[in-house]
Amino acid sequence: MTAGTVTPYRPDQQTGRDGFAQLLLAEWTKLRTVRGWVIGLLVAVLVMLGLGLFGAAGSSSSCQSVSGGPARSGQGCSNAPPVGPGGEAVTDSFYLVRQPLAGNGSITVRVTSLTGVIPSGNGPTLGKRPGLVPWAKAGIIIKASTQPGSAYAAMMVTADHGVRMQENFTGDTAGPPGAVTASDPRWLRLTRSGNTITGYDSADGTHWTQVGTVALAGLPPTVQAGLFAASPAYQDISQGLGGGESGTIAPSQDTAVFDHVSLSGASPASTWTGYYVGAADGPGTGGYHQAGGRFTVTGSGDIAPVVPGQAGGQDLTATTFLVGTFAGLIAVIVVATMFITAEYRRGLIRTTLAASPRRGRVLAAKAVVIGSVAFTAGLVAAAAALMLGTQLARGRVYVFPVPGLTELRMVVGTAALIAVTAVLALAVGTMLRRSAAAVTVVIVVIVLPYLLGVVSVLPAGPADWVLRLTPAAAFAVQQAIPQYPQVTALYSPGGSGGGYFPLAPWAGFAVLCGWAAVAVALALVLLRRRDV
Amino acid sequence: MRRLEADTLHAEWTKTRTVASTGWLLLAVIALTVAVGAAAAAGTGCPPGVACQLDPAKVSLIGIDLGQAVVAIVAVLAISNEYSTGMIRITLSAMPRRTLVLAAKAAVITGLVLAAGTIAVLAAVLAGRLILTGHGFTPAHGYELLSLGHGPVLRAAAGSILYLALIALLSLGVATAVRDSAVAIGIVLGLLYLFPIVANVVGNAHWHRHLEQIGPMTAGLAIQATTNLTSLPISPWAGLGVLAAWSAAALLAGGLVLRLRDA
Repeated sequence: MTAGTVTPYRPDQQTGRDGFAQLLLAEWTKLRTVRGWVIGLLVAVLVMLGLGLFGAAGSSSSCQSVSGGPARSGQGCSNAPPVGPGGEAVTDSFYLVRQPLAGNGSITVRVTSLTGVIPSGNGPTLGKRPGLVPWAKAGIIIKASTQPGSAYAAMMVTADHGVRMQENFTGDTAGPPGAVTASDPRWLRLTRSGNTITGYDSADGTHWTQVGTVALAGLPPTVQAGLFAASPAYQDISQGLGGGESGTIAPSQDTAVFDHVSLSGASPASTWTGYYVGAADGPGTGGYHQAGGRFTVTGSGDIAPVVPGQAGGQDLTATTFLVGTFAGLIAVIVVATMFITAEYRRGLIRTTLAASPRRGRVLAAKAVVIGSVAFTAGLVAAAAALMLGTQLARGRVYVFPVPGLTELRMVVGTAALIAVTAVLALAVGTMLRRSAAAVTVVIVVIVLPYLLGVVSVLPAGPADWVLRLTPAAAFAVQQAIPQYPQVTALYSPGGSGGGYFPLAPWAGFAVLCGWAAVAVALALVLLRRRDV
Repeated sequence: MRRLEADTLHAEWTKTRTVASTGWLLLAVIALTVAVGAAAAAGTGCPPGVACQLDPAKVSLIGIDLGQAVVAIVAVLAISNEYSTGMIRITLSAMPRRTLVLAAKAAVITGLVLAAGTIAVLAAVLAGRLILTGHGFTPAHGYELLSLGHGPVLRAAAGSILYLALIALLSLGVATAVRDSAVAIGIVLGLLYLFPIVANVVGNAHWHRHLEQIGPMTAGLAIQATTNLTSLPISPWAGLGVLAAWSAAALLAGGLVLRLRDA
């Protein structure tokens, strides 16, 4: 190691911004002239990429069912779920009794009952019993077309979650709570005005309250308006220790009774027709019965985003391609720790601090240099792993589509995670001055909690806390698919459908930043107080 | 034991014993192993009416996951400290039979880790027994009390102690080969922690299983399983054998490099 540029001491020289720039240059020279460290950083990039591609290549080629639907099979999983207006994978499978609606207009109904059938018992021989899954839903919908994945807005009653207004699969607004019964019916109304759809709710059909209003981009002049019923798959899954899952997933069904149905506005047809939307993707049971002004609609399936882990499938998320982060992180931690501990071991620290007596600035310069280098390495590796991994997995497995902004967050977040971890390692190295202890501490606080929380035998409760409190919370920036409250699934960090973190992506990253800040502050105090 | 071997062993014992960090690190192995196991046991609950697939021995001994990292430090420092201070030159001048030096180091470290590991594992099992019983994992609920008289639990406990010793030998071998402590500890922890993490995301069941079978940590910790043995990727003792093979390979590589390279 050589101390490249050493600022000569000149009493008349101002140590302003120039001084820090020279410090940066000095630290950068130290970093780039140690061959082992450069190799270490290259290794970090290569293992990140290599393991990511291994993860993509090692994924099984079974295209399993989502939401209890028929198994997707064959090249590229041709039966992949439709994609909603927001770019996410969706289930769009329900029974619809519809009329076309040209231009502006509104649809109003009264719902007097919501009942259903769910599976009973366990194992291969399932019986049937009356009951509803929590998100069984029925109501009125205005939808761009009967094509699965098309834009929509709906007002609905649900089994356990009261009246809701939902739109475009991800939108969900709560209305009044409570279940619907014959003695406590619900009136629902949807009004279209241009691209804006407004949902109303009423208890008596005269006093209306607005539940929500949404703008659906690109709604065609003529849309489909009608009554619908949908009932997501019944799930009774428990996660065992060690990541195993067991339980029952089977289709369910619900039936809603509507009356006082009125459609105002120009309708090219004046009769109602029944249609099973997305029959190919769902269980395909449903139908309707009209007697006077009374409609009985039975449906199955769901109108909601599809999430990994919902049906125990083996579908991949883009997070898989970033699995190499852990290997890259270990290499970066080793280099970042040695960036300071090697100075102590060789005695170079005395020269460094003699040349630049303001010790805080030395540590700051080191942090900036190692942080930027780690960020760059992480950015290159994460972007390449995500891109090449997606290419490699395409056509072999189903990879959940994610919006471009989410991909950007995953790549930049991973790079930032590696950069902040490098600064943390530098700070811990400054505190402990010993390589082995410092490297172990940093790896143990960031990689081991992830291992315990996501992979290992920790039960769900402690696992969640481990992923909230330790620096490993930052791996939330790699979460590809969000959790949707309106979708029942086993949202766990581990397991086959894993990748769900207890904290939001940037909140988890903030936990790591907090730890790094504390470590840097302690390192600063010790560096100033201690003799070298 | 001949005079030379005895002297070498004695020299290594003196070097290890007189470094203050050895004692503290071994204490840390015990404290962390017990504390993490107790915390995991305390956080484990089984809601009434749900059949939990809980392995009480595994939960109580989960602290080994952390304790092994400290064991790795002890073993790595035993050799890389000599390189960083230049002491290795004196050591090898005084005792030119390099393989013997490494063997003596291995013997001393193994002995210390076995001793610390025994205390750590016994305390962890005891803590797990007390805490899990308090959380309703009692014979009345279909769980046997954690007891060393129970064959699989005894195997899990004894195996965990051996596991720690094998981790120490693996670390010693790696550290002898690469000399630098930071790089050595990075390689050791990478070998241990990366296999389970990568196996977890690999969807292909065969690859997943193979990764778990060859990983030193995933295979070695199969020794801790006392329930649901059929779902293990590898049988307990065979798993410990895989780890032993890793340790042997590392020591062999370290020994070869030590013999061939200038100090």
